[in-house]
Amino acid sequence: MATAVAEHHAEHHYTSTGLPHTKIAIWAFIGSECFFFASLISTYLIYKGRSVVGPFPHTPWTDPSTGHVYHPILNIPVTSTSTFVLLMSSLAMVLAHAAVERSDHKWSRIWLLTTAALGATFLGFQAFEFTSFVHEGLKITTNLFGSTFFITTGFHGAHVTAGVLWLITMYFIDKKRGLGPRDAVNVDVMALYWHFVDVVWVAIFTFLYLLQ
Amino acid sequence: MATTVAAPSVTGKAHKYESGIWSWLATTDHKRIGQLYMYTAIAWFVIGGIEALFIRSQLYGPNGRLVSADTYNQLFTMHGTTMIFMAIMPLSAAFFNLLIPLQIGARDVAFPRLNAFSYWVFLAGSVFMNVSWLIHAAPDGGWFAYAPLNTRQFNPGVNMDFWVIGLQILGLSSLAAGFNFVTTIINMRAPGMHFMRMPVFTWAAFVTQFLIILAFPIITVAVTFLLFDRFFGTNFYEIAAGADPLLWQHLFWLFGHPEVYILILPAFGLVSEVLPTFSRKPLFGYPVMVYSLILIAFLGFGVWAHHMFAVGMGPVADSIFSVTTMLIAIPTGVKIFNWLGTMWGGNLSFKTPMLFGIGLVGLFTIGGISGVMHSSPPSDLMQTDSYFIVAHFHYVLFGGSMMGLFAGVYYYFPKMTGRMMSEPLGKWHFWLTFIGMNLAFFPMHFAGLNGMPRRIWSYDANQGWDFDNHLSTYGAFIIAFATAIFLYNFLRSRGHGALAGNNPWDAPTIEWSMPSPPPDYNYAKIPTVTSRYPMWPQQGPTPLSPPVPTAGGDQPLPTYQTAEQLGIHMPTPTIKPLLATMGLTLAFVGLIWHRQIPIILLGGAIFIVSLYAWVLTPLEPEH
Ligand SMILES: [Cu+2]
Repeated sequence: MATAVAEHHAEHHYTSTGLPHTKIAIWAFIGSECFFFASLISTYLIYKGRSVVGPFPHTPWTDPSTGHVYHPILNIPVTSTSTFVLLMSSLAMVLAHAAVERSDHKWSRIWLLTTAALGATFLGFQAFEFTSFVHEGLKITTNLFGSTFFITTGFHGAHVTAGVLWLITMYFIDKKRGLGPRDAVNVDVMALYWHFVDVVWVAIFTFLYLLQ
Repeated sequence: MATTVAAPSVTGKAHKYESGIWSWLATTDHKRIGQLYMYTAIAWFVIGGIEALFIRSQLYGPNGRLVSADTYNQLFTMHGTTMIFMAIMPLSAAFFNLLIPLQIGARDVAFPRLNAFSYWVFLAGSVFMNVSWLIHAAPDGGWFAYAPLNTRQFNPGVNMDFWVIGLQILGLSSLAAGFNFVTTIINMRAPGMHFMRMPVFTWAAFVTQFLIILAFPIITVAVTFLLFDRFFGTNFYEIAAGADPLLWQHLFWLFGHPEVYILILPAFGLVSEVLPTFSRKPLFGYPVMVYSLILIAFLGFGVWAHHMFAVGMGPVADSIFSVTTMLIAIPTGVKIFNWLGTMWGGNLSFKTPMLFGIGLVGLFTIGGISGVMHSSPPSDLMQTDSYFIVAHFHYVLFGGSMMGLFAGVYYYFPKMTGRMMSEPLGKWHFWLTFIGMNLAFFPMHFAGLNGMPRRIWSYDANQGWDFDNHLSTYGAFIIAFATAIFLYNFLRSRGHGALAGNNPWDAPTIEWSMPSPPPDYNYAKIPTVTSRYPMWPQQGPTPLSPPVPTAGGDQPLPTYQTAEQLGIHMPTPTIKPLLATMGLTLAFVGLIWHRQIPIILLGGAIFIVSLYAWVLTPLEPEH
């Protein structure tokens, strides 16, 4: 009986490449997203150094009308920490995927939750960063740096948020019925998305934060 | 055992959605979604055409005063936006939906519910943008919407808000469909359907989807910047804040040039199906046709700045983009010659689809040649922003895309509905369209060369433009009359056309092996494909076309066994994609309507709840 069902299942879900549809779709999606983030990062780079008023990312600025001195906005040590947190979440994601594949419910739940928690921590860092930047005088409307910086990192943050919601949803499904090998592909697709969002962050960190 | 237990509840559920309005709102059937796309796109084609008639009436003679300058700006902006995003693209999408699963031998697309979502989002976006007419505040900044002219400072009304948000919604629809079709074509080909056996329409559709998923993110970014500038006061296009006035143009045309191939390649694909059938010969140079499609797509991303020669990019950039633009004419020319090679020595039969197909080959070539003329910066500087350009892109978009799409409508109407369209009316449609289109657009070359600028509301007498404009206006009304004949033929033939049978044209590709209209599950048994033209015998088709059916208009369509009787699992109909679209649209309505945060949040919540309900429900009944 079980074999018959499995066979029927296999024939019903025949694909030309042998890969599940979601896997092809996520790669197409990632290709599309590359162009999306490339456009955002390119705009940042094109506008780099073109802001007519401060504050600036890496250099101090004195407001000529008030004489107020604005510190460089970016805080590389803090963002390096959050970058490390996000990269560690990718490691946790790999472990979660491995646990799902061997139907190890205890560890799959632990690692899914850990990945989500690390993602949420990264978002916490970003919230802290954004509020402190606004506090120091940089809003999205202040200058070209503010506009391009907030929109690029903001869209990335939105992607992380979606990923965290996805992870939490998977965690609850795992809790409800236990994720097994047949769910591995869904976790795999989620992992691809998550790693991609991490890689985008590495690009953003390099071009927006480290590049002087 | 599980199947027998589940079966009764499935039957009960399926009945609810079999007919009536619910069956359309909840459909996940690619053929029904394709028809929805087709009806909607034709409706927008008519509306965009009415806008064109206003434009042509206004420009009929010097000092026209039919509409105000302000209304005129709205008319030409919405004419372009409507024809590109709401008529040609969705009419192509109608064929992607109708044909891709049939041509590759699949039961449906990879993600049927996402497919329904794409359609509803397209409908919502197109209605959203046109609602602006009701308050006489339609978008008025041109379909290219150059920033900074369209920032809040220079365009303070809600007009461009409608454009920005509407385009954002429409882009989402195309992207979702793009991921869906890429996956479908890569992953759902029937056994034996290798890539180099795929029908050329499916190839054209495949390449177009890559253009869509790579070009639309760029316009999404450009439009998001504009949206933030207009709604939240950012500085992306704010020159006083140091912004580059060319940023918009670069982002827009980086999308915009691939977009012209998004508009033309599906029509190329349709014509590549039509010409072999009515020439009684296989397509000449199939592999070269496929490679040229791919080459066009690659080069299409490297030519965008030929739209910007007039902004002063300097000789190096001008030369590079000039050369790449001339290069892209080569694979395009290859296609033209291969179509000629297909017809050469064939037994041509001039049925309506064939006439429109030949129409594309001839008229697109004229537009292509005037296009190569702009690839040279010195000559482009003379032509840019003149009616010469208007003539050029109407030859490629109307003479090319629309002719090809009409060929496709006549050719595939029997497959879609099970009935034939009227041949005599079709011929009237073709010849009037052909005459009208040349009368409307050919004189524009001369008006342009005589200095008539684009986008002018009115012009003085004695500039030598009167006669050309008279002719263009007559031509436009002839096209309108031809389109009325088409509409009558299209609507009437749905119920009264002659019964088509499986393969009325004796066409070669696999979709003609199935009944017309196809049952909801498509192939009762997934076929195994052994050649490019499985419906033609190995030694080639009969030299003469079979007689096209002309009888049976009063008889009902054939009926088939249901999916259940055959034991085929089909997706459960669902309205969740529609609900998700409504939530999304509500959020955007909240944004444009005085930025009502509660409405935005409500819309967002409806969207997310529907999305969760959709994703967490299995596609098919559990078995
Ligand atoms: Cu172009």
